[in-house]
Amino acid sequence: MSLGDFARRWPLGVASAVIIVLMIGCAVFAPVIAPYDPLETDFAAQFSPPTPTHWLGTDAFGRDLLSRLMYGSRTALLIGFVAAFVGATLGAILGVASAYFGGRVDLGVQRLVEIFLAFPIIILALAVVSILGTGVSNVIVAITVPMIPNCTRVVRSSALAVRAMPYVEAAHAVGCGDARTVLRHMLPNVMGPYLIMLTAFVGQAILLEASLSFLGLGVAEPTPAWGLMLRGAAVEFAESAPWMAIFPGLAISLGVFAFNLFGDALRDALDPKLRTL
Amino acid sequence: MHRYILHRILLTIPTLLGVAVIVFVLMRVIPGDIVEMRFAEGHFFNQELVDKERARFGLDRPLWRQFVEWLWGVVRLDFGLSMWSGGPIRHEIAIRLQLSLQLALMATMVAVLLAIPLGTLAALRQDTWIDYTVRVFSIAGLAIPSFWLGILMFLFFLIVFQWIPPMVFTPFWRDPWQNLAQMTWPALSVGYRYSAVAARMTRAAMLEVLREDYIRTARAKGLWQSRIVRRHALKNAMLPVLTVFGLEFAFLLGGLVVTEQVFNLNGLGLLFVQSVARRDYTLVQALVLLMALVYIAVNFGVDLLYAWLDPRIRYQ
Repeated sequence: MSLGDFARRWPLGVASAVIIVLMIGCAVFAPVIAPYDPLETDFAAQFSPPTPTHWLGTDAFGRDLLSRLMYGSRTALLIGFVAAFVGATLGAILGVASAYFGGRVDLGVQRLVEIFLAFPIIILALAVVSILGTGVSNVIVAITVPMIPNCTRVVRSSALAVRAMPYVEAAHAVGCGDARTVLRHMLPNVMGPYLIMLTAFVGQAILLEASLSFLGLGVAEPTPAWGLMLRGAAVEFAESAPWMAIFPGLAISLGVFAFNLFGDALRDALDPKLRTL
Repeated sequence: MHRYILHRILLTIPTLLGVAVIVFVLMRVIPGDIVEMRFAEGHFFNQELVDKERARFGLDRPLWRQFVEWLWGVVRLDFGLSMWSGGPIRHEIAIRLQLSLQLALMATMVAVLLAIPLGTLAALRQDTWIDYTVRVFSIAGLAIPSFWLGILMFLFFLIVFQWIPPMVFTPFWRDPWQNLAQMTWPALSVGYRYSAVAARMTRAAMLEVLREDYIRTARAKGLWQSRIVRRHALKNAMLPVLTVFGLEFAFLLGGLVVTEQVFNLNGLGLLFVQSVARRDYTLVQALVLLMALVYIAVNFGVDLLYAWLDPRIRYQ
């Protein structure tokens, strides 16, 4: 299939993939393509509106917004990918194990999942940040924790069907242990829902990081991060310097939009039965 | 059915107990306590005074005793006093609940009015430009942070009308106009995300139902399209959508931490952030327990509604 066919078949998927590739490109090549140092302050250029020298304007410290957005994509993607991967993977293993062992283990795991689901996500993240403090790695932990129970629940329901498959019984018959059956035979067969959760989580994680940083409970200054850029001066001086409030929000929205769209396209492609969803 | 209800109610006990244990431990793991937070603001520091204050809050007693005493209070529906303000927690929560409840209800109204028609339309016109527009609109709703939408609204009002929404909460019954002038905008900015979630679910559920045999039968009978959609399809597709509404409503009551900050709303989300920052153990514990209870109750309510609406589930 040529690239053109691909684009015709999944127009939304291809569009989102393009945005994601651009974002990753910005993150990887930030030091090369960013016009300024994202931390460099220039008090002569405070609150500069978008001009040919500063394409997207500057902030309260005269830092170049475009450069900060480019470096900010590093923070967003790092947190998004790591949190989503760890959260979805741990959740998937727990979900498959819960379905596989059944009985008391299943009941116990499901109660635990329920307890964590009953905590609103942002509140769980808030508590974790309060304990560990702010900073990129702590924010990753704070965002990962609430994702695990969500993924556990979804993967478990798929794994229950897989559990009843003859090949699981066959694995037992040839003498596979519990760990081998779960990891080698069941886990690969719940890859569909796992991948779907994974892409959905990347978007959610970016959004959650932005919210936490906006509250001052996420990434700490002066690290360039989109949510953090919306905090403080961006709101206080929104009337005279609206670019400070507009562009970081656009970056967040576009990034999350692309990952959500990609997740939808992936689901259509991976699971034609769910095409309707 | 009665056995099922009883079983479900009994199952909530371990869940709530687990929530209680976790929030109790979490709060004590966070460095610092209320006494330190208070003295950090003040001028002089004296160990004797700190010890005395700790004793006043019962923080000097063993953890298990603190937990048991708190739990015993909760069982008798006595949540105690806020460590920070000294007022009864029931009162602290009640004054914010009014605002949070109104916001949640208004956002739900926005979501119902937007999501159900849009989701249905997208499903009926699957893979046309209408469908694509609705899908992009709803995926964008999931992507745009509600708090940023709030900032944009402020900016728009400020630049275009030189006006900003009122910052002080007026109860609806005292001055409906003033109340709506403040609450409409947060309700819209939160309602957009909410309706996006619900519209996606409506579309998905409708697409599934429209492929059912009884829809084909209805068509074969020669029924009008509008009647098929309303009487036969929508009614059956509403079940999963109800779940979304239930869960989102529970989330809105306590989870609007950031949006409340932007609109300067003194709701439960803001109260929660403040209480965590002040290490107001009793208030945080009561809030988390309340939110968990709402979440569990809503889930349970939706399940019961399912059984009531769908006889196939009831007889299983």
